[in-house]
Amino acid sequence: MSDAGSIGALAAAPPPVAPLPPPPAPPRWWLRGLVASAIVAGLALARLGLEALLIEYAQRILLIAGINVILAVSLNLINGTTGQFSIGHAGFMAIGAYGAAFVGVHLAPPLAALFGSGAFADGLTFNLALLIGALLAGLCGLGVGLPSLRLRGDYLAIVTLGFGEIIRIVFNNTQFLGAATGYFGDSPAGLPTYTNLFWVLLWVVIVISVTWNVTFSQTGRSLAAIREDEIAAEAMATPTTRLKVLAFTLSAAGAGIAGGLFAHMQSGIRPEDFKFDKSIDMIVMIIVGGLGSVSGAALGGVFVAVTLELMRDLHEYRLVLYALLLIVIMLVRPEGILGSRELPYLLRGLWQHARQLKSAANGKEAER
Amino acid sequence: MLLELDHVDKIFGGLHAVKAVELRVEAGEIFGLIGPNGAGKTTIFNVVTGVYRPDRGRVLFDGQDISGWGPARVAAAGIGRTFQNIRLFRSMTAEQNVMVSGHRLHGAGLLATILRTASQAQCERQLRRRAHELLEALGLRAQAGDMAGSLPYGSQRRLEIARALMLAPKLLLLDEPAAGMNSQEARELEAQIRWLRDELKVTVVLVEHNMSVVMSVCERIQVLDHGETIADGPPSAIKAHPRVLAAYLGQEEPVER
Repeated sequence: MSDAGSIGALAAAPPPVAPLPPPPAPPRWWLRGLVASAIVAGLALARLGLEALLIEYAQRILLIAGINVILAVSLNLINGTTGQFSIGHAGFMAIGAYGAAFVGVHLAPPLAALFGSGAFADGLTFNLALLIGALLAGLCGLGVGLPSLRLRGDYLAIVTLGFGEIIRIVFNNTQFLGAATGYFGDSPAGLPTYTNLFWVLLWVVIVISVTWNVTFSQTGRSLAAIREDEIAAEAMATPTTRLKVLAFTLSAAGAGIAGGLFAHMQSGIRPEDFKFDKSIDMIVMIIVGGLGSVSGAALGGVFVAVTLELMRDLHEYRLVLYALLLIVIMLVRPEGILGSRELPYLLRGLWQHARQLKSAANGKEAER
Repeated sequence: MLLELDHVDKIFGGLHAVKAVELRVEAGEIFGLIGPNGAGKTTIFNVVTGVYRPDRGRVLFDGQDISGWGPARVAAAGIGRTFQNIRLFRSMTAEQNVMVSGHRLHGAGLLATILRTASQAQCERQLRRRAHELLEALGLRAQAGDMAGSLPYGSQRRLEIARALMLAPKLLLLDEPAAGMNSQEARELEAQIRWLRDELKVTVVLVEHNMSVVMSVCERIQVLDHGETIADGPPSAIKAHPRVLAAYLGQEEPVER
């Protein structure tokens, strides 16, 4: 095209605007490697520090909070960013959990024979198990998404709800996975407990980074466009079905990771760990945190883990109090803690605001 | 011939919305489609863009039969559109709205997106630059960061045009772009429509009720009434056409003395 300015003379003179700063180029590969190593080292230190400082009970809450964050952030991609309503996320978590548990049990002996039993073989087994669990969950997401994402709103919700229940009932009746008793591996000690704060925090970082990069890209913009107006998005050549299936698959894979971490946190998993109310818990996390916000979902995940634990002494009454708390939150702040905002941008805005106030105050003092 | 409607019919239940309409638009034209409310103008847009499938007849675009294609495929083939009842992505910024339609131009795949590679960042930069050129051309540069839903009505209509242009279309269908604009804005719009034909080489089909805009920018006009073509020709001929006057103003009753 020729100069876009030619219309400028015809249209009303545009107000002078400072040119927009170019978006920052991504850091170089060696720098990224350095940052990644620093994060891994930091998490390893954090694990040691937290395990030394906190009692086991508090550590367990932290593990659950981390798993919740992964669940909420992944569910938010489909329910928040893309605006579809899925309430079967516990089903994908179950697939990841059973997949990772089964693979973990059966992969550990050969890998230990190959590399010698130790931290390396354990870590390798665990992460391979997690990835295979996530892959299985993602494939199921693809399988469910392809036919059902042509449905909208309530219809999709019903399909996903049904899917979650089907998965649970299938595990409830699968003999080699322990059926209703649950899956405890082959040894009497139960499943190997690989999950610790390091791995949970590392996967939290990975899942948040992936989701963040997808959300703030052309793909994320197109997903948001589907949420805002699907008809207009289609008229702008957006491949809506393909993108919805993509979001659904990624979301399911995230739930699979969370499931794998959950499975290896304890000696066994049971079908009733993945009941419908687990899916509802995840919906609560993203709504409390702020639908459509990655950091909001993460906050919501922590919030749900902590509140449910704090109220444990209330026994059955805690569900009543929990429900009341949610009602109050929805009345006072229906858009959730963060709304659709993101924490880093919010903090940067606050920081700039504070600096402006400070410089204004300094200016006044200088006048005196 | 860029766009050709060949005997197109569209029926909704008992309503025959479009009756055997023939329509031919040459590449490089600014073409007006007018008629009273309910004449079938928007239905024709929806048939062309794949929202509706024609009940009879064919739609040819650039020599290709596109009847029955879905909206995304039609858009990717090079037909951009705006909507009569503005359909912006309201809680996204103006810039993001425009960038969305660059999906096809954006080369980065999923893995590149997840890893945020240098080539992906390059794609994003190019999209953003192009979006800003289009926003500037439509006088929306200062509003690039504003939420689309918070813009004034006239700006929203221009933003829809910018968003459609991001598809790099050969043909642009504008559905009442001047609705809700004051006369100053409408004159600017006329200049912008001529600009996008002259500079971007986009063929324009316009549905519009603002007659001063239609008569000033369109080179050829087709008039519909009750789903049928009643006139076709340059603005001067349309202004004086008896059936057009009758359709718009009503038939003069013979007065008995």
